Parts: sequence; C-alpha cells; structure tokens
Amino acid sequence: MPKVRVLAFARLRELLGESREVALAEGATLRDLWSSLLAAEPRLQGLESGMRFACNQRLCADERTLHEGDEIALLPPFGGG
Amino acid sequence: MNLAGSHALRRYSRHLLIPEIGLAGQERLAAARALVIGAGGLGAPVLAYLAAAGVGRIGIIDDDVVDESNLQRQILFEQTDIGRPKAEVAAQRLHALNPQIAIDALQRRFDASNARELVRLYDVVIDCSDRFTTRYCTSDACSLEGKIEIFAAIFRFDGQVTRFDPEGPCYRCLFPHAPEPGSVPTCAEGGVLGVLPGIVGAWQASEALKALLQIGEPLRGRLMLVDALAARTREVRFERDPECIRCGENPTLFEPVDRPEEESVALTGVAEIAPEELDAALREALLLDVREPHEVALGLLPGALHVPASQLEARMHELDSAKRYVVACRVGVRSRWAIGRLRDAGFKRLAHLDGGLLRYAALDAGFEFF
Repeated sequence: MPKVRVLAFARLRELLGESREVALAEGATLRDLWSSLLAAEPRLQGLESGMRFACNQRLCADERTLHEGDEIALLPPFGGG
Repeated sequence: MNLAGSHALRRYSRHLLIPEIGLAGQERLAAARALVIGAGGLGAPVLAYLAAAGVGRIGIIDDDVVDESNLQRQILFEQTDIGRPKAEVAAQRLHALNPQIAIDALQRRFDASNARELVRLYDVVIDCSDRFTTRYCTSDACSLEGKIEIFAAIFRFDGQVTRFDPEGPCYRCLFPHAPEPGSVPTCAEGGVLGVLPGIVGAWQASEALKALLQIGEPLRGRLMLVDALAARTREVRFERDPECIRCGENPTLFEPVDRPEEESVALTGVAEIAPEELDAALREALLLDVREPHEVALGLLPGALHVPASQLEARMHELDSAKRYVVACRVGVRSRWAIGRLRDAGFKRLAHLDGGLLRYAALDAGFEFF
C-alpha cells in the first residue's frame, strides 16, 4: 500500500486542502489516484479537464505508477490574466 | 543603440551600476522590442516595468476598454479612464513614464489572423491574456516565429509563470488539452486577489528583461507556482513533449488557430433567454441561481432558487425535473456547466440566462449588482 503526498493548487486546493496523504493499492497509477480522490470528494467531478500531474516536482504522464513517498502535484490550467 | 553621453544615463543609473547590465546591457534594452498581449492585471505591471527599464519599443495589444471593476488591480488605469480603450490609455501612461521609448498601441484582439505577423516584429512576447484560445495562439505563433514567450496565468491566489523557447517546450507541452469550456472560471467568474497579478506580472517582467539581456538562469522548462495565500512558491520541471503537435517530433500544427468553441458552449435544445426576456420567462419558470453562497450574499433575485454549482450534484434531489428552470450564474459560464449536469440527470425543461445576472442587472441601473 504505497502512501503518497498530494499537493493541490488553485481550485483543487479549495476542495482538497493544500496537502494530504493518500494510501493506494500496489501498482496504482496517477489515474487511480484521481479516482480515489474523486470518490472521497465528488465535487472534483469535471475539474480534471485539462489538468496535469507532476510527480516529485516533474511533470509526468497520467499512466505513471506511484511509489511510496512520491510527492504528487495536481496542476489545473487556468487562464486568467 | 548608443546611449553613452546622453541624458538617458541618469534615468538608468541603477541599472548601469549592476555588472550584469551596465551600459552594454542598457543599450541592449534600448534596442529591444517587446510585445505584451493583454493590458489587464498582468499587463499593467509588465508594461510599467518594461517601460521604466527602457525597453526601446513596446507593443500593447488589447481590444477591451477600461471597466470600473478593473481598477482593483489594473494599476495603469484611473477612475477617469473608465470606458476608454485600454491599449490607448496604457500607451499614454507609459509615454508619460518614459518618453524615451516607442509604444505601439494596438486596439484589437490578438488572434490567429494577426498572431504571426505581430509576433514577428518583436524580440520577446509576454502573454498577459485572459483566455485559453489566446494563450494557445500566442504560444503557437512564438514557436512558429522563433520567439521567446514569457507566460503567466492567475486565479484567485494562485499564479503560474514560465518561459517558452522556440525549440520547446511550449504551452502545448505543458497543457496539451484546453480545459472543457466553462470548466475553468476566469477572473471575472472566480475573482482574483488584486495584488496577485502584481506579484506574478513582476516575475514576468523580470524574466522578459533577463531574456533581452541574456543574463541569469531562465525560467525555461520550469513552471513556477505562486501561492499568495500560503506565501509560498514551488517549481515543477517539464520538458519538450516528443508528442507535442507544435514542437514535438512530428508536428502537425503549422498555423495558430482560433478556437471560438472555447469561448461559448453550444447548448443544443436549450432556450437562451436574453436578459430583456427574463421577467416574462419567470412567469412560467423558476430562476435557478447557481452562484456560490458568498456571491449571493451580494444580492439574490426575489423568488430565485439558490443551489450553488459546487453543491449541484449533492443537492439535485431538491429540484423537480417536471418543473421549468431558467438557470443563471454571474456571467453565464457556470450556468452552462450546470445545465449539462442537469441534462445528464434527466432534466428537460431547462433554459439558460444569456450573459448571466450581470447583464440582466445592467438593464436596470437601480439594481445594484457586483
């Protein structure tokens, strides 16, 4: 059961808090992480639109497998100027 | 450009004292050309600092006029500027700030029709726009024309800043897919802390000056995340995406494109109610106001049903699919999203308030609405 630290930004932070720890099944990917967050917080529905993940301060693909101690950042796009 | 011996030296003395800039650097700035896309929250500090720094030619492109609600953060503008074109007012302020530089005031929208020819005329492009379609257009034009772009975007307390170089990565490497229309609120929808564009725009100005001076470590391949609420910045590294349709191994995008569909979602089969028609429509329907509680505290129409968009799914059972609803929010973005959710849940008798309550309120000068 790898545990990861999730950092959320902008609108996602408003729903998830700045930082939280999430435990996932062995072999879970970033997509699985999102599903588990969505199950815990249904208001996240739709907010994944255009979102990217970073793992240990590096942008990465949604298929990436998670490991114990990974720091995951949820990066929503925003357009304001 | 030769500045030696000119009275310009006094103006720039604090730059001339820095070894990394000096006279050679200041001359480099005087010969440089910067294009600033959008004269809004980010544009204000970017324009002011580039002009003050002595960037020789500055282009300002914006098709909007000054609105009173801009004055909370767009510090180039004053009360008496309300209703005047932003590009024109900004050019006037910058000229007063530094008469030694040239300003191009372009009072039109930056889009696919003019993006490449405009970008071509400048050395660095600073994206201070407020729409995704303009952001993709800017990045694509810079990539195609071989220009450096300094990017930033803001939302409430959060900012993102980075630099895109012609060889990549570009904006599409970072965010290959624009978000679904209506899923991301703009500053007009979600609000923004007035000082945030000041903080983030100052970073943009700094990166633009570094790019022109060719000094320091560029913010390239690094996305800076500014959180004003926590007073913290973080950094995420990113690389050119080999799959990127613009700067990847097998690019397929060779011209900037406008994506008007990003601006408004077509709601097929849902009646659009013009603000003038709302009163008549409400004789046979209920107004469903999906703004958030803190917005409704500023005023709710009598008889309106209030279910915030953020609680819509959880509170769907409070609504009756046999009834008629006119769905409304502040400017009409979240209400479109809400209609999508309601339709998914089997609601059929829905109409949409076009332009939101803001446009409805504008009909009646006696009705205060923010």
